[in-house]
Amino acid sequence: METKILKKVDLIFQESNVNEVIDIVTKTVTRSSDDIILDIIDSGLKGRGGAGFPTGLKWKFTKNEDSAVKYVICNADEGEPGTFKDREILDTVAPKVFGGMTICGYSIGAKEGYIYLRGEYNFLLPKLNKQLEEYNKLLKDNKIDFTIAIKSGSGAYICGEESALFESMEGKRGEPRNKPPYPTVAGYNSKPTVINNVETLVQITMICKMGPDKFKELGTKDSRGSKVFSVSGDTPQAGIHELELGMPLADFVEDFGDGDTKAVQVGGASGHCVPRKQFKDTIIGFEGIPTGGSMMIFNSSRSMYNVLHDYLEFFTEESCGQCTPCRVGCQQLLKGIESVKKGERKPAYLDELKKLANTMKISAKCGLGQSVANPFNSIVDNFKEEIIY
Amino acid sequence: MSEYLVNLKINNIPVSVKEGTSILDAAKKLNFNIPTLCNHPDLSVAGNCRVCVVEVKGARLLSASCATPVSEGMEVFTNSEKVRTSRKHVIELLLSEHNADCTKCFKNGHCELQSLASEYRVGDHVFIDLVHAKDKIADISSPSISKDDSKCIRCQRCVRTCEELQAVSALAVIKKGDHQRISTFMSKPLNEVVCTNCGQCINRCPTGALTERSYIEQVWNAINDPSKHVVVQTAPAVRIGLGEDLGYDPGERVTYKMVAALRHIGFDSVLDTDFTADLTIMEEGTELLTRLKRALVDGEKVALPMMTSCSPGWIKFQEHIFPELLPNLSTCKSPQQMFGALAKTYYAKKKGIDPKNMVSVSIMPCTAKKFECNRPEMRDSGYQDVDYVLTTRELAMMVKQAGIDFMKLEDEHYDSIMGEGTGAAVIFGATGGVMEAALRTAYEIVTGREVPFTNLNIMPVRGMEGVKEAKVMIKDVLPAWSFLEGAELSVAIAHGLANAKKVMTAVRDGKANYHFIEIMGCPGGCLGGGGQPIPTSPEIRGKRAEAIYSEDEHLALRKSHQNPEVAQIYKDFLGEPLGHKSHDLLHTHYKARIRY
Amino acid sequence: MSNIKTLVQQLVEKHGKTRNSLMPVLQGIVKEERYLSEEAMLTVAEELDLSAADVYGSASFYTFLDTTPRGKNIVRICKTISCHMQGKDELIHAVENTLNIKVGETTHDKKFTLLTANCLGWCHKGPVMLVNDDVYPAITVQKAVEIIETLAKHTK
Repeated sequence: METKILKKVDLIFQESNVNEVIDIVTKTVTRSSDDIILDIIDSGLKGRGGAGFPTGLKWKFTKNEDSAVKYVICNADEGEPGTFKDREILDTVAPKVFGGMTICGYSIGAKEGYIYLRGEYNFLLPKLNKQLEEYNKLLKDNKIDFTIAIKSGSGAYICGEESALFESMEGKRGEPRNKPPYPTVAGYNSKPTVINNVETLVQITMICKMGPDKFKELGTKDSRGSKVFSVSGDTPQAGIHELELGMPLADFVEDFGDGDTKAVQVGGASGHCVPRKQFKDTIIGFEGIPTGGSMMIFNSSRSMYNVLHDYLEFFTEESCGQCTPCRVGCQQLLKGIESVKKGERKPAYLDELKKLANTMKISAKCGLGQSVANPFNSIVDNFKEEIIY
Repeated sequence: MSEYLVNLKINNIPVSVKEGTSILDAAKKLNFNIPTLCNHPDLSVAGNCRVCVVEVKGARLLSASCATPVSEGMEVFTNSEKVRTSRKHVIELLLSEHNADCTKCFKNGHCELQSLASEYRVGDHVFIDLVHAKDKIADISSPSISKDDSKCIRCQRCVRTCEELQAVSALAVIKKGDHQRISTFMSKPLNEVVCTNCGQCINRCPTGALTERSYIEQVWNAINDPSKHVVVQTAPAVRIGLGEDLGYDPGERVTYKMVAALRHIGFDSVLDTDFTADLTIMEEGTELLTRLKRALVDGEKVALPMMTSCSPGWIKFQEHIFPELLPNLSTCKSPQQMFGALAKTYYAKKKGIDPKNMVSVSIMPCTAKKFECNRPEMRDSGYQDVDYVLTTRELAMMVKQAGIDFMKLEDEHYDSIMGEGTGAAVIFGATGGVMEAALRTAYEIVTGREVPFTNLNIMPVRGMEGVKEAKVMIKDVLPAWSFLEGAELSVAIAHGLANAKKVMTAVRDGKANYHFIEIMGCPGGCLGGGGQPIPTSPEIRGKRAEAIYSEDEHLALRKSHQNPEVAQIYKDFLGEPLGHKSHDLLHTHYKARIRY
Repeated sequence: MSNIKTLVQQLVEKHGKTRNSLMPVLQGIVKEERYLSEEAMLTVAEELDLSAADVYGSASFYTFLDTTPRGKNIVRICKTISCHMQGKDELIHAVENTLNIKVGETTHDKKFTLLTANCLGWCHKGPVMLVNDDVYPAITVQKAVEIIETLAKHTK
């Protein structure tokens, strides 16, 4: 592990208007698409939505697909509890997102880009549409064959899952698809598709502006660059913070905790709950706990039973319901901790539930069902007394 | 699928399969049976039940073997500890949301979930019971189909059936999460929605969530009532399907054992729907020729192409989806309903039975027939023409209940005067069969010669292709039909309502130039009907089709107009095809229905 | 022709007669009508050549595409953990008392429907209330009551 001191940075929210972004885009597209993709690969940029797939590789795979029609999609279906950075990005520096989409379109050979914006953020639409109108016109003026449009969600967490998002865009229930095929081969309308998180696309614009080397100066070997964190819970500094990746959780808590931090939920409801005793040994980044940026801080006044109960209720409602492990598993975990709490079932039943969570982790159809075990096992393991009594 | 071969190992045994093959099918090749629930050979891959998960070496996640294609060098384990634990969990989870009242269930002994639970010995319920009390009240609004949500395991086979095979989508997945379920538009009762009662969903439901409405008890009561004369008719496709539920492999012809069994059960008259199938050809053939004459000679505006009307699922589909094409439907009742109308008039009179003491039962490969017999139009005898419809499966149950050792029965023959059928009637049970029967008769009426196909087998209209087309050149006609001289009769055949929809869309949009179209609501025709033995698959339906055509070839009479009982009924009772009496008893009308 | 039919046809015209238009068409109806009536869904089904059950099944997947009648203003209060920790229960009680309805219900005058929602994306500024498309982060009970009372006056 590198031992450099990681710090707060201010890149992503650096002001940037439509004209500046168009400037970056027009300069970038004078280069060959292969060169651009090589730069992105070289930068080490990994997806900022949480899963952390290398962005450059995703683009390369899609570029290599032989298809007249391809798509670029910006995943702005930010529904993970504890995450609100994409809203802030789209509210303040949306043109950088457009820029990233355009550069992607040029690189992979796509002419259409869509932003799938969650319905909860509809209040952003008037401003975004106005900016897009201006931006699309400038693209046309600069003879760049790419347009961006917005598609709205309507309140379904699962549509943040990429294949569910495609289904939703195609006018269907947001049910995740079987994989393979992956989006790079068959995404929206069954065409090769790059789908990137809002923040990832901003990073693209920044990398193209300042070069991959500058980007690589930030973060660690496994977790390059900076990352926007959504900090909430028991903290005097709730809000958006851009930090280098690779920071030990202990440092984070020292900066952001209220002095009485008992646990941090890293990565939202579907992430891991880290108890105080593990703060020192936990790295925030791809070498430790990868995250879409949600950091929920709990102090000792909070009941971790309530926290887990809230999460499970959330998953039970937001599961698409198609696969057995997720649809029924979530209900069983929720009802299971309730029955242990009420004393209807013995504490040992929690072990049965953990086994079930582990089955969900490996046999559910998509990331939603697979990740329920993260909060479940980490909270039950570390706060067993709070669950039982 | 590509010809390129992929090499992999399953449970350490090497196997080579074509690129694109699923792990499930590759395992089958090695005789490893991986359990499945949502998978079905007739449907698209869903991958949602997760019972079929397997471990692939090096992968963090288990793979749904039905949905995962093989890849070179893959090492698959179908029974590793992880797999077994997951599979057991999945079965236990499904049982926790399933109303497992197995001993009382209609599907007891025929339930795929029950078999899995039994194989995996998940006796003690580990998980919390999630079945809602309100779901335990089944929707029995439909006379054909019972829908019990408390038995549903959300595999969505029914939804895919209704959409992919039938293009009806009366059933859809609604809501999400713990509220997700299979339902209708605004969760209305089944009898109020676009459901055609075809029962294809029943054939593919792995549990007792979708079953036919059973009338076995009512039929037993009638049989045991000495004041009642119970007549039974058997549809063409029953005789080649029934065996599957009584110990035979698919494709066994059990016509005359079935007749014997029906007598053992106690039916007073055992008669054959084949008789009215032949009659249908006389009526419908004449109707077609009349329509052609009115169009070609009289220059009238006549609804053409004419479409067959034997399949009640298809009729209701048309009433909902293409009401503008209702005039194109033949006005002929289905053979079942012609039979019903004649049983309580002609047969009753000839046999000296008071029709009010007659109970008319039909054995059908079909669930839509249960709806059809309840249509208000179907009371032309002055009574409900057909009282009860039982599926092939229900008959098998009655045979078992009666303690009959079916395989050991001696052959017996149908009673007369409505028990004679020709080969042309038998093939009504297969897609293309009505067309073939109609052509055998119509061609001969018009030209005085047999159809120009070897051994009367009109091969172009046979087979399992979704939509078939054929053209028949009409030459050297008899003087009465001179207006047809040199005409080329253009026909089409479709089976399964998704295929019917394609043809109807073309007809509606003026893109099809047919004279006559045969449509059967179910895949394969009646032999694949919603009342036939479960399971079903393309392979099983293929075997049933072979049996149908072999039954045809084994009969001495193979043209409807040769049926002596048909000749007799025209002489003694009906007069002539499309005559006054026929009009009253054998023809009907249709009504447009709202589309939801 | 009914207003709904006209509305649906206009939306289909705007977004295109394909399945891909289903979401924007349904969203457009909800924007005008606050919910999807049977007639609206049947018209959409007819216009896009889908089955009505399919339209209903797709719509009912999405929390914001209601298929039961809703008030002219839909108030949604986030119930997820951060807002839970920041007093969503008090907020919900206050709004319930102001409107004299429970969560899930609609006022008699059809002016308001009160619902809870899963994470609305304002975890640092809870509790949060969404009224139609307008968002009110870090809202106090007093402010929420004011907003609703003002809206009640201005809603006809």
